[in-house]
Amino acid sequence: MAKSFRGGVHPDDRKRLTAAKAIEVAPLPEKVVIPTRQHIGAPCTPVVKVGDLVKKGQVIAEAQAFVSSPVHASLSGKVVEIADYPHPVFGFCPSVVIESDGADEWVEGLPLSRDWRALEADALKDIVRQAGIVGMGGATFPTHVKLAPPPEKPIDAFILNGAECEPYLTADHRVMLEATEKVVTGMRIVMKLLGVAKGFIGIEENKPDAIAAMVAATKGTGITVVPLKTKYPQGAEKTLIKVILDREVPSGGLPMDVGAVVQNVGTMVAVADAVVSGLPLVERVATVTGGAIAEPKNLLLRVGTTFAQAVELCGGFAAPPAKLIMGGPMMGMAQCRLDVPVIKGTSGILALSAADVNAGEERSCIRCGRCVDACPMGLVPSMLSILGQRGNFQMAKEEYDLLDCVECGSCVYVCPAKRNIVHYVKYLKAQNAAAAAKK
Amino acid sequence: MSAEAKMEIGQLTVSASPHIRCDESISKIMWTVNATLAPAALFSVYRFGVKALVTMLICIAAAVVTEYLIQKWQNKPVTVNDGSAFLTGLLLAMNIPSTVPWYMPLFGSVVAIAVAKHTMGGLGYNIFNPALVGRAVLLASWPVAMTTWPEMASKVDGVTSATPLGILKLQGYEKLVAVFGDKMEMYKSLFIGTRSGSMGETSALLLIIGGAYLIYRGYINWRVPVFMIGTVGVLTWAFGGHAGLFSGDPVLNMMSGGLILGAFYMATDMVTIPITSNGQVAFAVGAGCLTVLIRLLGGYPEGVCYAILLMNSVTPLIDRWLKPAKFGARR
Repeated sequence: MAKSFRGGVHPDDRKRLTAAKAIEVAPLPEKVVIPTRQHIGAPCTPVVKVGDLVKKGQVIAEAQAFVSSPVHASLSGKVVEIADYPHPVFGFCPSVVIESDGADEWVEGLPLSRDWRALEADALKDIVRQAGIVGMGGATFPTHVKLAPPPEKPIDAFILNGAECEPYLTADHRVMLEATEKVVTGMRIVMKLLGVAKGFIGIEENKPDAIAAMVAATKGTGITVVPLKTKYPQGAEKTLIKVILDREVPSGGLPMDVGAVVQNVGTMVAVADAVVSGLPLVERVATVTGGAIAEPKNLLLRVGTTFAQAVELCGGFAAPPAKLIMGGPMMGMAQCRLDVPVIKGTSGILALSAADVNAGEERSCIRCGRCVDACPMGLVPSMLSILGQRGNFQMAKEEYDLLDCVECGSCVYVCPAKRNIVHYVKYLKAQNAAAAAKK
Repeated sequence: MSAEAKMEIGQLTVSASPHIRCDESISKIMWTVNATLAPAALFSVYRFGVKALVTMLICIAAAVVTEYLIQKWQNKPVTVNDGSAFLTGLLLAMNIPSTVPWYMPLFGSVVAIAVAKHTMGGLGYNIFNPALVGRAVLLASWPVAMTTWPEMASKVDGVTSATPLGILKLQGYEKLVAVFGDKMEMYKSLFIGTRSGSMGETSALLLIIGGAYLIYRGYINWRVPVFMIGTVGVLTWAFGGHAGLFSGDPVLNMMSGGLILGAFYMATDMVTIPITSNGQVAFAVGAGCLTVLIRLLGGYPEGVCYAILLMNSVTPLIDRWLKPAKFGARR
């Protein structure tokens, strides 16, 4: 029996649009717009100037703080502009615009060929940091920070998150099939780096081919492949740890509090590329899909490619999109324009038609309790939405555990009154943060 | 259509995640509940005649029109076609005898919608089940008319003006069994619905079928009817007999009165019961206990209506007391 958790929902996964489509390498773009901030944490400062010639993999923005991650050129060419450009997460962000020289050359000395087994943990950690690797599932938390838990939090288990529980997305699925060895290598590197012996790969049952590929590739490595029930949000960090290790990350805590580190599939490929070949993170696989896309695909895209270019590679729009989303339909971010760039955390570009969206008029809560049944965190979402309407963040925090909400959206998905519960939760959290900042 | 050509920014909706939703809606739920009540309602028209149909239609029309007028007057969006006012009217009809004069169902529906529902803020905000408030007000206003049941086309002459529970209360168990002939006849009659009572109090069978469908669709929690009816069964078996403990007739008590209707259709009214599964169990057990208390010790032969209304009043307390188990709360 596949493992599961309490709560959750079963949206139609819509993965059939792209699940069988092999990753297509996007042609070299003429121009990329690379934001200097592609991670959670301190922004980077550009270290190139207009007119500079850069090579692929060259650092173009440097990180000063520990919780930050450098940014690299994703093609070779000339820096033509450094200015504020639209950003899929931060609105506008200082970005480096590079015009391709058509040669697509790596920076000097790359790629390398290294034996990861010969490298020490500290050296590995440094490589991961310098390669600009962040969590590629969408959260974009700098990976080297996640791999450096304080000594008082011993880690004994590493989990590779191959659940890919968001509907529509198949990027991780394809990577597990087509870059199986790299995924396993990345995972073994990280396990060595963390000094853990127990490794797990959690994959939802709707990807039997990926499960089979991973089982075959991990034979003799001590890594266990765990089939998971197909249920959203199976791949949320806390639920994944609960399901695989039967450990509950305490309220307000982090996975390291229960001795676990969780990483995304794409991130492992980036780690393997960085450690074995010395290649920094400059491209990623993203699923371009949705009812409004003419020909949905899994594309290997350079960081800095615009959404418009990616959509064009998929035959453009089949119907006017009602919503354009970076990421999956449950937790992705709605975009207001097509000229935003692909960043390291862009797991998908989703163009939903009006029929896909099915919003409906928001009504008052009828207390049906479906949100309570769906909440994987054991909260009362209906109350959070009502308190959100009243702006009562104190009560939401103290009596209804506002800060435990992971914003997975299961409650909104099932709500017959079409209440925008996650919207209210975000609003309450912002109110709470503003009040805390005032103190 | 090329991507470049589709840069009209204004057409994209920007909102918080998630961006997809299931296809459930309030209307879908309410109309489904109405539909599952239809067989029992039609059965009572078949048993009680055209008068039942007229009373039912008055209840429903009054409820819908009242809601429409209030929402118009308050400049709120008119939501009468979501089926919830229709349901209140239908449930009120199921809770009263078919023989009452026309102005009673009219008055009851107006009170249910105007007072019990819209003074509280409308759908979702009411504390008490509107249909039951309507019934309680009618019972207090016209006690005789509300407890005079029609003669039913039954082969058993005795079961005409008094309900089985009325006979049980006033004349005793032996007399009740005698009225039906024997015990099996009595059970059969209760189950199929050939007995007197309010319009919705008759056929246990049809109500259970309707309720079972709602459980199957996930619109009601199976625990509510099971725990409420079970509590009544256990307590009446233990304390409901005259020959000491455990001499009562649980089957009779579970199938008679408004218990089946109340347990499947009113104690499950999502707006007025606790929101968590555990809270709903507490509610159901509480309603079962109060029902038995009223039936055995109170002045009325039947207590489902008051039991549910009383439990409605403690719903907010139960909700605060029985919250779901929070993830990560245990260390």
